[in-house]
Amino acid sequence: MKKLIPALVIVAALAAPRFAQARAVTLTTTLRNFGGYSAYVVLYLMDPQGQYVRTLWMAGGRPYYYRHLGGWLRASRGDLNGLDGITGASVGEGRTLTVHTDIADALIDAGYSIHVDAASEGMMESPAEIRMPLKAADAGKVEHGRAYIARFSYTM
Amino acid sequence: MLRTFHKLPGLLAAVLIVALALSGAILSVVPALQNFSAVDAPAAQVTVADLAANVARHVPGISQISRQPSGRIIADYATDTTAGSDIIDPATGAVIAPYAPSGFVRWMTDLHRSLFLRDSGRMATGFAAFAMVILCLSGAFLLARRMGGWARLFTRARGTLPQRLHVEIGRFAILGLLLSASTGLWMSLANFQIVSNGLDATAAFPVAVDGGTPKPLAQLAALRAIPLADLRNLTFPTDPSDVFTVTTSQGQGYVDQATGQILSWLPHGPMRRIYETIYMLHTGQGLWSLGLLLGLTALCAPVMAGSGALIWWRRRRSLPRLKHNHMAHSADTIILVGSDGNATWGFARTLHDALTEAGYRVHTGAMNTLGKHYAHAQRMFILTSTHGDGAAPASAAQFMARLAGLKHAPTFPVALLGFGDRQFPKFSQFGLDVAEALDARRWYAMLPYDTIDRQSAQEFARWGRSVGEALGHELVLNHQPERPRTRMLQLVERVDYGHEVQAPTSVLRFAAPEGPRTLWQRLTGQTGLPRFDAGDLVGILPPGSDLPRFYSLASSGRDGFLEICVRKHPGGACSGFLHTLEPGEMVEGFIKPNPDFRPARGRHPVILIGAGTGIGPLAGFIRGNARGRAMHLYFGGRDPQSDFLYADEIETWLGERRLTSLTTAFSRIRDRAYVQDRIAQDAQQLRKMVQRGAQIMVCGGRDMAEGVMESLELVLAPLGLTTVALKAEGRYVEDVY
Repeated sequence: MKKLIPALVIVAALAAPRFAQARAVTLTTTLRNFGGYSAYVVLYLMDPQGQYVRTLWMAGGRPYYYRHLGGWLRASRGDLNGLDGITGASVGEGRTLTVHTDIADALIDAGYSIHVDAASEGMMESPAEIRMPLKAADAGKVEHGRAYIARFSYTM
Repeated sequence: MLRTFHKLPGLLAAVLIVALALSGAILSVVPALQNFSAVDAPAAQVTVADLAANVARHVPGISQISRQPSGRIIADYATDTTAGSDIIDPATGAVIAPYAPSGFVRWMTDLHRSLFLRDSGRMATGFAAFAMVILCLSGAFLLARRMGGWARLFTRARGTLPQRLHVEIGRFAILGLLLSASTGLWMSLANFQIVSNGLDATAAFPVAVDGGTPKPLAQLAALRAIPLADLRNLTFPTDPSDVFTVTTSQGQGYVDQATGQILSWLPHGPMRRIYETIYMLHTGQGLWSLGLLLGLTALCAPVMAGSGALIWWRRRRSLPRLKHNHMAHSADTIILVGSDGNATWGFARTLHDALTEAGYRVHTGAMNTLGKHYAHAQRMFILTSTHGDGAAPASAAQFMARLAGLKHAPTFPVALLGFGDRQFPKFSQFGLDVAEALDARRWYAMLPYDTIDRQSAQEFARWGRSVGEALGHELVLNHQPERPRTRMLQLVERVDYGHEVQAPTSVLRFAAPEGPRTLWQRLTGQTGLPRFDAGDLVGILPPGSDLPRFYSLASSGRDGFLEICVRKHPGGACSGFLHTLEPGEMVEGFIKPNPDFRPARGRHPVILIGAGTGIGPLAGFIRGNARGRAMHLYFGGRDPQSDFLYADEIETWLGERRLTSLTTAFSRIRDRAYVQDRIAQDAQQLRKMVQRGAQIMVCGGRDMAEGVMESLELVLAPLGLTTVALKAEGRYVEDVY
């Protein structure tokens, strides 16, 4: 028992800085009734220079369909590394995709933005259908897409 | 073994397969519809650059142009607030109509792919495709075995209605079903990434773009080089630093919007080409006529599933349940059975029960179990049927190999009995092969090799008497293949012939017993008789006997009566009983279908040859020939004054053109002759008819049938034909007793 206490302290020390610098963000994407198969949807983070930072969530499990997510493909160069653990099922029409993630405090209100691409089999591709700046003040603000996405918002 | 490979996937996946086949058949129409509704392709020299320029003029916010396999062009557009797709005229780039994929097709496709169950459903459909591949392959081998070899695959199917349906529809549909199933399986494997579909490879994204002023679309050199017919997909750049993404039938790459040059290009790899070909074959997209054909064969799958299940169920229901079956090593009597269906098992059970009752310790097993340790055996019986044209039946498939593996012949004697059908060119061939093999290995025979034709219970009972003699006591083998459910039949009319020529023969006409008919029978006009056709058999149980005697039916159920011709045999229990029958009296009987003895469908002439009571079913065919198809009757009797059966009716039928010609031969008059003599005399006309596709049907005693066959061989020889060849086509059928 005595040995266990120092171990817990070390874990807390390692974990604490992470919590101090990151914020839990919930991203909510509701799809329209677009009249097609369940859609592939990807949420990713772009820096102020328009460079890819990382993927927040990939909804759709077959990598050979990712070429239809044109904005993500171009930004990430189709990078599959780092998709482990943040990949889920594709999203049916009318359904809502809710993603919980942590975003570093340093990226908030710093010119970064969240992009959302969507595509469904046999239908149009919709790269960067949502481009929403990552600002604390915009939390809860609803953005509307033009093809697949009825509503998009995030809270933090 | 092979049968198990067919049965298991069939039973496990039948429902799934039917669902996939029906949805697939519906989807198969889609590519054809798309093809006929697609706008004609423009001249061959139209390039992707031309099309892109035209479309951009008509569609603001153009983001992508796609060419579907049917040639239809779809343009996607997106502005700040709206997005959508239009169908485009490929020649002008003008919008024809907004594009909305059909919800019905999507629903059906979802069902076909995944049963609306996403990945678990996709696994199930993949399994069904795999089961279907196994069913097709095992079915092909079973079919070849049943028909007697690959060369005879398309000869006439025999057997019960479900069996014939299964064979006829199966061999029509098997290639289409195999193609659909194997391509479907490949697509399923690709979907689960077990095999690659090559779609994940994309050309390396260009490191640098020119970034200068975009060139007019029509002047982009790389797009000018691609004919429209090669285009799959062209994605427009979203900003000045972006590029055109183009996919063609050859590969995929990026084009600079300022220079018009290709920046990066990846030709399609072999896996992608394989996948695309398989996709096309499976869906018919880009090959609509094949799609329709596959859809048609898919419609056969439910029939195959239904008939297959019925065949399985009937086979299973007829499986014998043996009582007091001793272990092989403790039994003094061994019975080995070679059987495909279960008819032979039924005979084995009769033997098993009779021997058990006589106090023997009996072990009954499949011929494939030969070689067990028979420590106390004193005798062995082998009962075997033949599969198809001389092959071993399922439960004897390994018998020959096991026999060859035995070091010594046993010390006890063996009795071998072969079951078969004399209609087949090689009668009980496997039984004969076993007899020769046993002989060659110096097995001691208890009895000479014997055969049973068409499951005759009488022949089996006779064999039982010989077995009894060999065992030194009486042995009664009273075999009944599932005691049939009998009905009462009431004699309504009898016409007697042949008394003067010592061949007393009666035409007996039965009806359902008089009595109140049910409301349903009155409403539907049913006669109360079972269903049957001329050529089927009626089994009659004489009073006090459980052994039925079979008579060929001279009428069909539609005639409203059941008619047979019976000749009185000296000492014949059943024929004697029937000959004493007076109108109003009853007999107990049941129908045994004999579907192979029927005029073939179509308008080809039919040559009917019968002697004595053999005219019965032939008369039934003539009576039913309301459409006036050419039917030529050869009838043999003893004396036209005495045993010319149906003489008056035949005159009427000739007048009504139900019968085309009549040729008779009588053996007890001055100008004596047999039917085979008349056949020889008419050789020329008969040859002509056979050349026109005529079918020959023979009914009568064995001697007469052999005489007719010899005579016909001479008739057929100049045509290069034999009765064996005609039999294989179903153009020479016999009902011989």
